[in-house]
Amino acid sequence: MGLLSDPNRRQVLTNLLTRMNTPLCFMCYIAGVSWFMGLAFEPFILQTYTSENAMGSTMVDENFVYGDRALSYAREFSAHGKKAGEMPVEWLVKTMSGLGLETHTQTFSRTLPFPDEMRERYMVKGTNVYGILRASRAASTESIVLSTPVGIRQNSQAAGLLLALASYFRVSVPGQIHWAKDIVFLFNEHDMIGMEAWLEAYHDVNVTDINSSVMEGRAGAIQAAVTIEISSDVITSFDISIEGLNGQLPNLDLVNLFASFCQKNGVLCTIQGKLPRLDGETLDGYIHSLHTMLLMVLKQGSGKSQGDHGLFLRYHIEAVTIRGINSFHQYKFDMVTVGKVFEGVVRKLNNLLEKLHQSYFFYLLPSLSRFVSIGYYMPAFGFLILILLLRALDLWIRLSKVEPACAQDCAAENVRPSFLSIMTPIFICHVMGLALYYVPLLCQGTATEHFPISETEAVVLTSIAIYVAGLALPHSTQSASLPAEQAVQGWMTLKLIAILYLALLLGCITLINFSLGFILAVTLIPAAALAQPEPHRMLNALFLILMSPGTTLLMCIYLYHELAEYPVTLLECWQLLLQAVAESILDHHLYGCIVYPIIVFFIYPSWLLLWNVVFWN
Amino acid sequence: MAASLLLVLVVAVTVRAVLFRSSLVDFISERVEVVSPLNSWKRVVEGLALLDLGVSPYSGNVFHETPLILYLFHFLIDYAEFVFMAMDVITAVALYIVADDFNKVVFRKQRIAFEFQKYAPDVITLVRTPKEMYHIPLKVALFYLLNPFAVLTCVAKSTCAINNAIIAIFVLATAKGSAFLSAVFLALAAYQSLYPVALFAPALLYLAQKHCVFVSLRSTTFLLHLLKYAVMFLGCLMVVICLSFFLLNSWSFIPSTYGFILSVPDLTPNIGLFWYFFAEMFEHFRLFFVCVFQINVFFYTLPLSVKLRDHPMFFMFVQLAIIAIFKSYPTVGDVALYMAFLPMWNHLYRFLRNIFVVTCMLISSSVLFPVLWHLWIYAGSANSNFYYAITLAFNVGQILLVSDYFYAYIRREYHLIEGLNLKSQDGKEAHVVLK
Repeated sequence: MGLLSDPNRRQVLTNLLTRMNTPLCFMCYIAGVSWFMGLAFEPFILQTYTSENAMGSTMVDENFVYGDRALSYAREFSAHGKKAGEMPVEWLVKTMSGLGLETHTQTFSRTLPFPDEMRERYMVKGTNVYGILRASRAASTESIVLSTPVGIRQNSQAAGLLLALASYFRVSVPGQIHWAKDIVFLFNEHDMIGMEAWLEAYHDVNVTDINSSVMEGRAGAIQAAVTIEISSDVITSFDISIEGLNGQLPNLDLVNLFASFCQKNGVLCTIQGKLPRLDGETLDGYIHSLHTMLLMVLKQGSGKSQGDHGLFLRYHIEAVTIRGINSFHQYKFDMVTVGKVFEGVVRKLNNLLEKLHQSYFFYLLPSLSRFVSIGYYMPAFGFLILILLLRALDLWIRLSKVEPACAQDCAAENVRPSFLSIMTPIFICHVMGLALYYVPLLCQGTATEHFPISETEAVVLTSIAIYVAGLALPHSTQSASLPAEQAVQGWMTLKLIAILYLALLLGCITLINFSLGFILAVTLIPAAALAQPEPHRMLNALFLILMSPGTTLLMCIYLYHELAEYPVTLLECWQLLLQAVAESILDHHLYGCIVYPIIVFFIYPSWLLLWNVVFWN
Repeated sequence: MAASLLLVLVVAVTVRAVLFRSSLVDFISERVEVVSPLNSWKRVVEGLALLDLGVSPYSGNVFHETPLILYLFHFLIDYAEFVFMAMDVITAVALYIVADDFNKVVFRKQRIAFEFQKYAPDVITLVRTPKEMYHIPLKVALFYLLNPFAVLTCVAKSTCAINNAIIAIFVLATAKGSAFLSAVFLALAAYQSLYPVALFAPALLYLAQKHCVFVSLRSTTFLLHLLKYAVMFLGCLMVVICLSFFLLNSWSFIPSTYGFILSVPDLTPNIGLFWYFFAEMFEHFRLFFVCVFQINVFFYTLPLSVKLRDHPMFFMFVQLAIIAIFKSYPTVGDVALYMAFLPMWNHLYRFLRNIFVVTCMLISSSVLFPVLWHLWIYAGSANSNFYYAITLAFNVGQILLVSDYFYAYIRREYHLIEGLNLKSQDGKEAHVVLK
């Protein structure tokens, strides 16, 4: 407490803070960004390892031989699917019952708030089919889910593989006596909507207003889930997709488990579609890992679930999506090898004594063999948030220095900005946020009547219009110009509140979804630190617009396509932006993704506050 | 003034009524920050159900409220929402009158000090004016009624709101100088949650000041005053406890309430310091550490009553804050009660040193509580250490707040006597350093 109570040392500290503020902030920003960039450099970070005892020490041998059966199931599946014009429910039920599984169906329906143009769906009706393989040696208290999202054209090979696995696990009596957990084979229609319906019915909750029939049969508590997507007879590699809803990640052990079985069977395994490289210490290797990590940050930051597995995570179930990739690579793997990998994974999961909890939940993956844990990446964010705190302290010191000048309560009330003049912009900015959330959906009908556009376009364009209209606020909220002294005090007070508010928001967001918080921090914090009416008001305003959440989204989309080696032009980028806005609204209403409400309720208003600071009269 | 008080009351009641009707009410009444095992409404309802079934409500390990509350809601269960809103209104009005009364006392004291020329000549800026004091009572009521912590407590129907009302009436009775009523309500407050026993000292000092009794352990008038107050307090306490016994015809409520408070068997996370320690601790050290933790509430009473002998109202505030920080099952309702006193010490603002840091700490940790709870319990990705870190930050913030106010109060008193512009021996401007 010596530092806080000794006035001399306090004086030194405050002097240092005010005098060195700008260089300190600048250094913090550089330190934060370079710390983050350094995270992808392999020698700095840890190698992945399996922490879970039950999976580390036990060996399993895989004898899956039903590769041909998987392919013939797949052909039958797609033939019946084409005939029926939809998912062949009856055939699936018949086949699975024939294999001796306890088979059930579940129907669901959901009307979207507005049509999803990308996937061409509006009023969705579908059926999930699932079969339960009861464990012979245990009460049905625990289970593992293997699922695949099926349609007419996609994933028929995955469906065939699932059926072949089911028959293998069930039929070959001498080798398959070890099942201690029920295994659920799930075929869900309409990908994530079907999965959400199934999960909600399974846990008997209703969080997203979906209508689904009652679940007839259940296995035990789900310990882990693997979603498989394969659409070709042979594959060249697997791609693991981990980012779930709201940026939640599965336990790192599940990822390690899959990677180690790929290694055992000699199958190539990638993450973010990037092949592993061995030259992590060289510059090329570093840039490669940086690209991989940035792709993960962008995907996680979007809050979208990158596969059906993302919905499991909300229920404390560790899950990943595995995609079979068939590229022009020379070495192909047939269904026997693929089946062996999944057999091994399921056998190991079957050995679990408790839920996966030993390893990390907060991590970034620059490659499959290296990981960055929360303790390594948080300092990067800490440096950035420090800028806001330094600026806030500086403003506070400057604000409290003015007061002694007229302490004799003479002009104190004249200089201090009134409570109302500060509260009005705060209130109006938040009302703007509310409008941005509610108006587009309420007005879609009216908009489509008066303009030649579709419902989806109406929602997106109204959102963008309201977003831009927010920029006109400062001129309407402050009409009377104030005396100079009071104006300075006014904007300083408002800025103090705005940056503290922003710091608090970014802190909370980072805890929930690091990537989103970091992307927002990198862009918003310099803009917030520099926002002030003079000098160079226009320059500041321009910078603020460049760093606004909307522009950040545009930049992220551009960066994503650059990194994924699929460059887009600016016009395509704009189209993708419209699509992304529509999707994030849909994700919020369909699955309860919180990124969209966080942005419109909190981040956008706090950005508008900064805009108000710049245009303070 | 009365009109604006009425306006504030109407606004506060409207806010609460709206929240009672909203879908948030279930969410709020489950929050561990707002309700503790002692005062959660769910448990009161459970206790009532047991009572109706003819089972002793204390037979299980669910109900820990006192029998009087049980019988109160036995008759008022249908009007529970009104009762809780009324409790908040009572608290606010009582504190309003207290602040009003205290203003007059302060002003009179100041005039006397001036007449006897006790103050240094250059302290005119430190002197309190009626203009600046005029709005204090309203601010006190506002601080309680619109404090989000108090609103949450009321909406969650935490019985902490009732305890707050009793303590507020006790402070009012003390401020008005009625020794008997003060003792009655102190006994009720102690009966309700045990810890308010520590308020005995400030109340005694305030009453002594009010009745112009010179505070000294050697003076017989003071000892007589002490004896009288103690006898009244203990007598009332006996009466309510015996009444509880006759209501239930068993003593089982004593271990279920006071035993529960003192031995801390329920380690549900809350905003206090106990749960994490006792969850981690080896069982055979438990008794020792329970004593160490519990003694904190009462430990500071004696030194404070020596130091703040002439300022019992400030003492009352500090003691309330200490109870809120160190009690075994604290909730945000306790915090709201002592925060309502803050406007009374507005004049200390220029001596506060860390108010900016402390405010930021308190606000950010209150927001982080639900976020980390979500990560721990629902997302499953964080763990109890994250949540406890925020608990620690919140409590350190509270302790800094109280010690900052304490320091500022002492320093103002020092300047009043010694003068504002101190010179050291070599004629330079001097600094006051707290070490």
